[in-house]
Amino acid sequence: MNPLLQRPAYEILPMLSRGELSCRELVEISLDWLSQTEDRIHSFLTQDGERALAKASALDQQRSKGEMPGPLFGLPVAVKDNLCTKGLRTTCGSRILEDFIPPYSATVIERLEQGGAVLLGKTNCDEFAMGSSTENSAFFPTRNPWDLERVPGGSSGGSAAAVASGQVFLSLGTDTGGSVRQPASFCGLCGFKPTYGRVSRYGLTAFASSLDQVGAFARNVRDCAMLLEAIAGYDPLDSTSLREPVPPYFRELENNPGSLRIGFAGDWLAMGLAPEVERTFHRALDTLRGLGFTIESISLPHSHYALPTYYLIAPAEASANLARFDGIRYGLRVPGENLKDLYQATRGQGFGAEVKRRIMLGTYALSAGYRDAFYLKAQQVRTLIRRDFEQAFGIVDLIAVPTAPSTAFRLGEKVDDPLAMYMADLFTIPISLAGLPSLSLPMGIERGLPVGLQLVGPALAESRILQVAWRFQQTTGLHDLVPPLAEASRA
Amino acid sequence: MRSPTIGLEVHVQLNTASKMFCSCPVEFGASPNSRVCPVCLALPGALPVLNRQAVESAFAVALALHCQIQSFSQFHRKNYFYPDLPKGYQISQYDVPFSRNGYLMVETEQSKRRIGIIRVHMEEDTAKMMHGRSITEHATTSLLDFNRSGVPLLEVVSAPDITSAEEASAYLIEMRAILRTLGISSGNMEEGALRCDVNISLDGGTRAEVKNVNSFRSVRKALEYEIERQTALLDKGEPVVQETRHFEESSGITISGRTKEEAEDYRYFPEPDLVPLKITPQWIDAVRQGLPELPEERRRRLHEMGLFPAEATTIANAPELARFFDRTLSLYPNGKEIANWLLSEVSKTLNARNCTIDEIPLRPEDFAELLQLIHRGTISSKIGKTVISEMLATGKGAGKVVQEQALGQILDLETIRGWVREILAQNPKEREAYRQGKDTLFGFFVGQAMKRSEGKANPELLNRIVKEELDSDE
Repeated sequence: MNPLLQRPAYEILPMLSRGELSCRELVEISLDWLSQTEDRIHSFLTQDGERALAKASALDQQRSKGEMPGPLFGLPVAVKDNLCTKGLRTTCGSRILEDFIPPYSATVIERLEQGGAVLLGKTNCDEFAMGSSTENSAFFPTRNPWDLERVPGGSSGGSAAAVASGQVFLSLGTDTGGSVRQPASFCGLCGFKPTYGRVSRYGLTAFASSLDQVGAFARNVRDCAMLLEAIAGYDPLDSTSLREPVPPYFRELENNPGSLRIGFAGDWLAMGLAPEVERTFHRALDTLRGLGFTIESISLPHSHYALPTYYLIAPAEASANLARFDGIRYGLRVPGENLKDLYQATRGQGFGAEVKRRIMLGTYALSAGYRDAFYLKAQQVRTLIRRDFEQAFGIVDLIAVPTAPSTAFRLGEKVDDPLAMYMADLFTIPISLAGLPSLSLPMGIERGLPVGLQLVGPALAESRILQVAWRFQQTTGLHDLVPPLAEASRA
Repeated sequence: MRSPTIGLEVHVQLNTASKMFCSCPVEFGASPNSRVCPVCLALPGALPVLNRQAVESAFAVALALHCQIQSFSQFHRKNYFYPDLPKGYQISQYDVPFSRNGYLMVETEQSKRRIGIIRVHMEEDTAKMMHGRSITEHATTSLLDFNRSGVPLLEVVSAPDITSAEEASAYLIEMRAILRTLGISSGNMEEGALRCDVNISLDGGTRAEVKNVNSFRSVRKALEYEIERQTALLDKGEPVVQETRHFEESSGITISGRTKEEAEDYRYFPEPDLVPLKITPQWIDAVRQGLPELPEERRRRLHEMGLFPAEATTIANAPELARFFDRTLSLYPNGKEIANWLLSEVSKTLNARNCTIDEIPLRPEDFAELLQLIHRGTISSKIGKTVISEMLATGKGAGKVVQEQALGQILDLETIRGWVREILAQNPKEREAYRQGKDTLFGFFVGQAMKRSEGKANPELLNRIVKEELDSDE
């Protein structure tokens, strides 16, 4: 592995901007490493090397003409395959969109393009972002670069594995109930799910509209801030996007966040946690204390109901969001005797088991006679969960909690047990329901596997989270981690 | 006879510049699937953005129908599968429509009654689906045109206050007049800009809903048929099934659709892609200020001006005619005369050409000039008819036509006297008879002299001179 690929993006960027390293050269190195590692990791559903090289050359030309380089100038990136890319296949990890080529790009894709990022391809994910291991991809599972027998987490597993293995410097995922943070935890990365509405959802294939957010993967907090800054901001095409201006996350990173109070919810840990995770977490709290932050105990009593609440609201929205995949206008069409047959055959063959399970759950939760007991009740509980956080943030400035109850599990370990799989998002889901910003970053490595810490803030506290996380990383040295796969190849 | 209880659900297509949730133009007659984008085709990832103009059009209708506009409103998803519904759900309003509790005054020959409006809400139109045989002739094919997908719609739900087919028809006509006056919809039923579902029950019976009633005539026919059908059932002691029925244009009957047991469960839930609508009193007031005079007020004003009720209605219910009327009125302040000319000579041309007054080359300024020329006596009413037909044909001004064709009246006393003397000289017998006391011959001399002048002599002067000349004989 070329050591350039292990360096932080913020160090590579000035080399590219100054022309010490050409974009073309870097993309060639990245593509080369990608081709060496991809058959073991399977991060990508679609590679786009040709256009990446063309784009890199174009960037080099722009630089030679003296044009101002963008904030992501020349950096090889990857994006999850549920983000629409104009002219580039977008499958959402599903058979039903196996050959779908969007005629338009998501707003975040346009922002990456404008920022000068070079897209190497589309990454694997659980079908329609439904899953926690990337094993629900209709095509193939992705492997964890730290242990090829283990999952990278999900649903944005491909995006996480691509960054962790050094195939790209940065990537985008999407997070509905933990799909950026949990794979970041499993792969030893920073994974930021911003405040709901901070990043445009336009062009993100909807799973659960009231929860979906685009998130950023990077190997260190600084790179993460850089990527987040490039994609965040108001978009007139997304009515739920926030109009508040985006602070300069990257520049504010060195600012002293002050003597903050950091909350820790004891009742969460009781929800079930692997001992090594709990151990690492307490060590992380000590580190935070050592940095001058106060740790205070808080209570988030309704978090116990978060999982069932989420599994009513998210499938309910999904049941409507996935109705458009009907074989009429685009995507897979399986002919039938009549219209009903066509729908049933298309959706029956096009969707995988987990997607069908959630469509059924959601349809049921919204049905006449059940709607009040399930969907509406879940909305009420969601309000209570949100209030828990509002109250907590009256006392503390941030909340610290493990990202996932365990480290990366083995491939196949949970595929036949949906409930066990759902539990993987136990600590990320309450935050999603409250729409709050949360960053997962490595807090330790246990038996060769990374363990993630979540720092959660009140709405729009992205900058504060990044500042604390950056200090934590500088103290612990737990940034730019190199998994054995990359290490071995260097030798 | 059992008295019917009728409620109407009207769907109004708004003529906004762009669609309800995307920037595609609203354009009828464009080539199929040429006015589409990721949003109205429901591509993965596309999101709706609410059209402000559509919301304000909706406010205008709600205000014209005396509805209360809510300060908070929300969109819901109405879920069902059909090829013309690309998202698999329609963005509509459910338990928080933006307006409720209004009324519409409806006048028939028998009565003038207040028909309640339960609610007005906003939603989006579906694509247009056409069924036909494919060129292979093996299978039938269906074609979809998504130009209509996402066009803004208003749904106006009346209370079950309507008591006859005639009143239902009058309700729709008044509704259309309001929509056209507000300028927010063509209100054209044949083109689908105004669509109607009918709910009807008779005393002692249950309700049936008739869908797909797409002309004023059909609404009447469907209701008359249903009254007959339900009466027959109830008379026999059989129940009326609560169901959805479809009106068949060709046969004029309604046929059974789905019953209540098979009714779809639309699984409504709040649309998470749109933020709830907060409606401030200032916003409503701004729309209220911009409202034009509504048909009812306008009819009253015209009636007070001396127009017959039928004249007032014809003008008030056609906004472009009313606009033309008012502009003419500002230049020539005699409404009655304007109406006389507008509804005779001008309307004839409009009917013959099957167009509206905006589409012919007649300007209110020119029309007012014509009326002035007649009023001043420059031309006679009779010549006026010649002038207006020339104006309608060429778009020339009244004065110019009169001048070009030398149609102006002759006011010169000596010229007229010359013609009169000529006529008297040519008809000595009649002149003698008149002198003997046959007064009725007076008209004969006037007529002959007028003919001699090619109709251009001023009638009053002519009369006076004929009288003078005849009297001089005595």
